[in-house]
Order: sequence, then C-alpha cells, then structure tokens
Amino acid sequence: MTLAGLLPIALLGGIAGLDTVSFPQVMISRPLVAATLGGALVGAPGPGLLVGAVLELIALETLPVGASRYPEWGSASVVAGSLFGASADSAVGALTVAVLGGLIVAWLGGWTMVKVRQRNAVVARAHQAALDAGAPGAVMGVQLAGLTADLVRGVALSGVAYAVLLPAERAVLAHWTLSEQGSRAALVATAASVAAAATWKLFHSTTWARWFFIGGLGLGLLALGLR
Amino acid sequence: MLLRLFAIQGSWNYETLMGNGMAFCLEPALRSLPGGVRGPRFKEALARQNRYFNAHPYLAAFAVGALARVELDGEAPERIERFRGALCGPLGSVGDQLVWAGWLPLSSWVALALFGWHASAAVVVITFLLLYNVGHVALLVWGLRTGWDQGLGVAAGLGHPVLRRGPTILGRAAALAAGVGIPLALARLVGAQRTQLSEILLAALVGAVVVVKAQAKLEGWRFALLVVTAVVLFSVIR
Repeated sequence: MTLAGLLPIALLGGIAGLDTVSFPQVMISRPLVAATLGGALVGAPGPGLLVGAVLELIALETLPVGASRYPEWGSASVVAGSLFGASADSAVGALTVAVLGGLIVAWLGGWTMVKVRQRNAVVARAHQAALDAGAPGAVMGVQLAGLTADLVRGVALSGVAYAVLLPAERAVLAHWTLSEQGSRAALVATAASVAAAATWKLFHSTTWARWFFIGGLGLGLLALGLR
Repeated sequence: MLLRLFAIQGSWNYETLMGNGMAFCLEPALRSLPGGVRGPRFKEALARQNRYFNAHPYLAAFAVGALARVELDGEAPERIERFRGALCGPLGSVGDQLVWAGWLPLSSWVALALFGWHASAAVVVITFLLLYNVGHVALLVWGLRTGWDQGLGVAAGLGHPVLRRGPTILGRAAALAAGVGIPLALARLVGAQRTQLSEILLAALVGAVVVVKAQAKLEGWRFALLVVTAVVLFSVIR
C-alpha cells in the first residue's frame, strides 16, 4: 500500500463522513453508495456494492436523529468497500472480514463525531462575544470551523482505518477456516436480522403497514422465483 | 439561503445544536435590513438567530424562511423569539418521522430491491441518490418558500397534508418496498448457492426477535458487531 493508494480512500472517506451530518447530507454517506465508491477506487465497484448492501441492511436501523449517538456509516463504508474490493478475488471470508472492519470503523466514527461536536461547542464559546454582537464573520468562522473539523475527522479516520485494516484483513484471511458459504450465511442472517428488526420498528406503529409488507414479500418472492 | 441549508448542521454542537447553522442560513436575508450588515438591526437579528435551535435539518427550511420573513417585516424581538422557540418541536418530530423513518428507508429498500434484481452498481447507486434527493431538495425548496410566504402563519403550512399524512403513507410504502427487497437482496447476497436461503431467513427471524427484545440494551448494529466478531474469531481460532 502506498500513499498514492491510501490518499484517495482517505479523501473519499472524509467526504462521505462529512456528508453524514455536516454537508451536504445528500446520502453519499449511505453504505450502498459509499462502499460502492470505495470499491470503485480500487477497481472493484461490484464487490463494493456487495459489502455496501450488507452494511445498508445493518444501517437501516440507525436513525440519525439530532443529539443521539450513532455509528458513522460514511467513512466506514468507504473503508469496507475498499477492503473488500482489494481482496475480493477468490478470498474466502473476505466479505465477512470487510464488514467487520466496516462495523468497527463505524463505531469509532460515531465516537469521533461526538468529539467533533464537543469541539464545536468549545469553538462557539470562544467566539461568544462576537456572536452575541451579531458579527457575521464569527458566524461564518464557527460554521467553517465545524465543517473543516468534520472533514479532517473523516479523512484521518478513513486513512488510519484502511492503513491498519488492510494488513490485518490479510492476516486474518490467511488463517480463515470457515467455508465461504458458511461465513456468508452467518453474515447475511445477521444483517437480515437487524434489517428485519428495523422494518418491524418502522411499521409496527403504522396502520396497515404490516399488510403492505406481507404484500411486498409476496411480490419479492414471486420475482425471486421468476429470476 | 437554499444552498446554505445544505450545511445547516455544519457547526452542530450539544449546547446550541443548530443555532449557529440557523444564523448562517439566515444571514443573506438579514443583509436586507435597514442599515445593512453594519446596521444595529442586522447585528441584533443575527445575534438573536444564533441561539439554541433544534429541528430536523430539512424541515428547518420552514423556520429559515419564516424567520427571514418576520425579521424583515420588523416584528417585535420578543415575538420573534417566542415564535422561534415554538417552531422547534413540530419541525423536529415531523421531520424525523417523514424523512429518517420514512423517505430514507423507502429509498434504501428500493435500491436494495434493485440490487437484488442484479442491477449494476451504477444503476443501484444512481437510483438511490436520485430518488432520495428529489424528496430532499423538494422539501428544502418547499419549506423555504412556505416559510417565507407565511411568516408568522407558517403553522398553517405545517398542517399541509404532506406533513400530516406523509409519514403514514411513506411508512406503508417503505414496508412494501422492504417486503419486496428482503428476499431479493438476501438471495443475491447469499449468492449462487441458494440452498441455505430458507435457513438464513429462519435465522434472521430469530435474530430479529432478539434485536427487537433487546432494543433498549443492545442496538442492532452492536448486535451485528458482536455476532460478526464471533464468526471471525471462530473461523480464525478453531
């Protein structure tokens, strides 16, 4: 791994991390998108999409509501997509390991987001006199400081995570014993569990939603049978 | 102001939440106050709009439009502050139900269904981004315009059928999309060997019950982290 290889992943991870909350929140931070782009950076968008789909099923449960603390899926998905994309060719267990890497980075990313938010409060307090005086420069300065901090956070997290996880992944895969079928079954069942729980949370309080779900399930199974 | 709304949460913190973001978004409008950016009215208004504010980031557009209007209409400061405070509650809860629990999962499930239908990476990604952002941008534009048009009367705009019935309709649509997407997405993830699909679905059902029951103590992503860690450790150590 060279700096030339690491830098684009770190930058994309930073952009995806920024999109999670700060700017522009157009959902390039969603796992389906970010992991695909991460995979594309290493020449493997298809594998990136695969890991993105697994992480998306898990991320469905996360509602990014205001002050709540949640995983940061943007940077994490870029890292996971790049990890799987870099090792997808006939590497048994690679998908499972990449998803684990993504989950760990998402957890750490959530923690770093809390730190940035705490820092934003410190910066705002430092400019309080100017803000109370209605100085537009102070408003702009506080806003830009927050945006910059979040971008730097995402870049640093993605860069360090990929640099650490790529060799770690290879070391783990060198000792992998489960079959691809077995590890993928466990992974998919786990992701599906979380997605199913998220869907239940979504519709259990919405009138008639369970019937729409059942109807959709019928259509989905029919479509599956037709393929 | 519309462009700045995309960065309204740029300085989000646990004390003023998106207070500074509100001031950031309103600043261009406030320049039109008598005296301009050096005038006392601009400075008072900007300082007032910098205080604590909590709302869904997209529905905050209603507040930005309405507050710009009342500031430029010269309403009394106390009235503006009361109005500002009253906007927080409805703009938070409605937005969370409409977007985070409605539009976002609907868009995700449509994309996952396409993924399950073996659409290409480009199709899945572009469809998701287009679908989601049509709603996202439409909400920002509509909110800003409605807030500006109605000012202090924006509460009437918040009673619009889209905001009243939208969460329920989107919830049903998302449930439908989830029903379609689950078998398709799982089948593609499992791969060519679908013999285990029924076992996986059963395991997923059991796992879902565990996640729902443990909701207060264990979020789903943590459950996934624990299980996947266990799978990796099992594979490496045995």
